[in-house]
Amino acid sequence: MNTRQLKQIFGFNLLRICAGIIFLSIILILYDIASKGLNIISWEFIFSMPKKGMTEGGIFPAIVGTVMVTSITAIVSIPLGMGCAIYLNEYAKNGKLTRLIRLSIRNLSGVPSIVYGLFGVVLFVQLMNFGTSILSAGLTLGLMTLPWTVTASEEALKNVPKSYREGSLALGATKWQAIRTNVLPYAVGGMLTGTILGLARAAGETAPILFTGVAFYIPFIPKSVSSQFMALPYHLYVMSTQHPAIEQVKPIAYGTALVLIIVVFAMNLSAIILRYKLRKLKEE
Amino acid sequence: MNDAKIRVNKFSFYYGQSKALHDISVDVKENTVIGIIGPSGCGKSTFLRSLNRMNEIITDTKTDGEIIIDGRNIYDKDVDIVDIRRKIGMVFQKSNPFPKSIFDNVAYGLRINGAKDKNYIAQKVETSLQNAALWNEVKDRLNTNAFELSGGQQQRLCIARALAVEPEVILMDEPASALDPTATLKIEELIQKLKEKYTIIIVTHNMQQAARISDFTAFFMMGELKEYGETNKIFTSPAKKITEDYITGRFG
Ligand SMILES: Nc1ncnc2c1ncn2[C@@H]1O[C@H](COP(=O)(O)OP(=O)(O)OP(=O)(O)O)[C@@H](O)[C@H]1O
Ligand SMILES: [Mg+2]
Repeated sequence: MNTRQLKQIFGFNLLRICAGIIFLSIILILYDIASKGLNIISWEFIFSMPKKGMTEGGIFPAIVGTVMVTSITAIVSIPLGMGCAIYLNEYAKNGKLTRLIRLSIRNLSGVPSIVYGLFGVVLFVQLMNFGTSILSAGLTLGLMTLPWTVTASEEALKNVPKSYREGSLALGATKWQAIRTNVLPYAVGGMLTGTILGLARAAGETAPILFTGVAFYIPFIPKSVSSQFMALPYHLYVMSTQHPAIEQVKPIAYGTALVLIIVVFAMNLSAIILRYKLRKLKEE
Repeated sequence: MNDAKIRVNKFSFYYGQSKALHDISVDVKENTVIGIIGPSGCGKSTFLRSLNRMNEIITDTKTDGEIIIDGRNIYDKDVDIVDIRRKIGMVFQKSNPFPKSIFDNVAYGLRINGAKDKNYIAQKVETSLQNAALWNEVKDRLNTNAFELSGGQQQRLCIARALAVEPEVILMDEPASALDPTATLKIEELIQKLKEKYTIIIVTHNMQQAARISDFTAFFMMGELKEYGETNKIFTSPAKKITEDYITGRFG
């Protein structure tokens, strides 16, 4: 065996170990949470209110809170992000301004989520007077996911061949007609896939909702989007670090973690399935 | 010469700073086939795409001079670009069917131009496919995806799609360059037939093809129109040496 082959074998195994470490740590985390959380999860746990200062009962309000906030996030982030991507990719000339916009969008995705939280307090809670509420929190998360939505949507638009646009324009379509009838239908799946991934991340965030609307303990379902709310990630944080009877509530914390992971995984999985289906459609 | 369908008058085209077309002047008569030949990169596609203002998609381009179609300069400010493109159909070098059914491909142009009536659309789709000599091959599977057609069929589908919106002029950029001899022959026969109703301007790299199908030939080189005239004359006794050299394959 010569040294080139040896190097190859060495490099190969190094990479294999890297992959192995990542895989193992994921399995370990999942195993830890599942083993401690599974036995507490039941319909009762999912669909009932927390009781007795959260030492007993379920996590229903936290689930509802997370779903409501994520819905607001989606309502904000999907149209804004797609609109921005359509503008950037189809209309904007490739000048200095466009490059500046793209650069800031890219940088926005690197801003720590706590900064979004503070920004949300100033803009939505105070300036716009939405108070600490589902609305403020959802809007804040919406801003946070925008870079994802925009980037994913632009990518999806870029994947639509230029010839679809040209062919459409050559038949006398206006630019908007060409985009609406011959570009968007083929991009919308890819746009959604990226967006769902962004939303999944938002659903698991604590920092941005911390000052903008999430509450410690509200044992009923929020009445409107201007109520405060409980949310899975924050509930988990409270149960594992802030609760006075920490040992006692540990199972609930693990149960919450497991539910949160399942929610996020389900969202990611739906994005993956969507992408897979689209790819198959394309190949046909 | 005022009966010309298309009258190109000292037309120049710039990509940024670089001039791709130099003072082109040419008259095109109605119901004729014009072949455009010339070495790669000489501006054939640029010229063709200037005729339906397709080049405007590209940023930072500029034009000079005029292109008068039916007595109207299509580069005038108040001309609606959408009308121009409907009137001047285009078939691209690489066939570009949309990922829709055969029917929807042909109906596409009708629908974006506002057609709603189902019977009207169906009727139009049928006649367009017939005129593009494709009807018999696809009439039983109008709802299958256009990507399932062969390359030659796809190109004829694109021709049918262009015909459906009833253009007056059809621009074709090497429509047969990716096709085998049989499919090419079909397209050539089709062009001969379409000539009765349309004015056709076709770019081709194939000298024999230009000689076979066109009534007039324009020879471009380095962005200039070197020679223009009846195809017979250009191919048998060209006025310029450079044209002869190109046609006989001494360079290019
Ligand atoms: N989008 C563009 N931006 C800048 N320059 C371009 C663009 N498209 C074409 N050109 C330039 O314009 C000149 C003419 O190009 P054009 O595509 O019209 O040539 P052509 O005669 O069609 O060539 P071919 O036979 O290879 O298709 C070339 O020098 C080319 O590099
Ligand atoms: Mg070309």
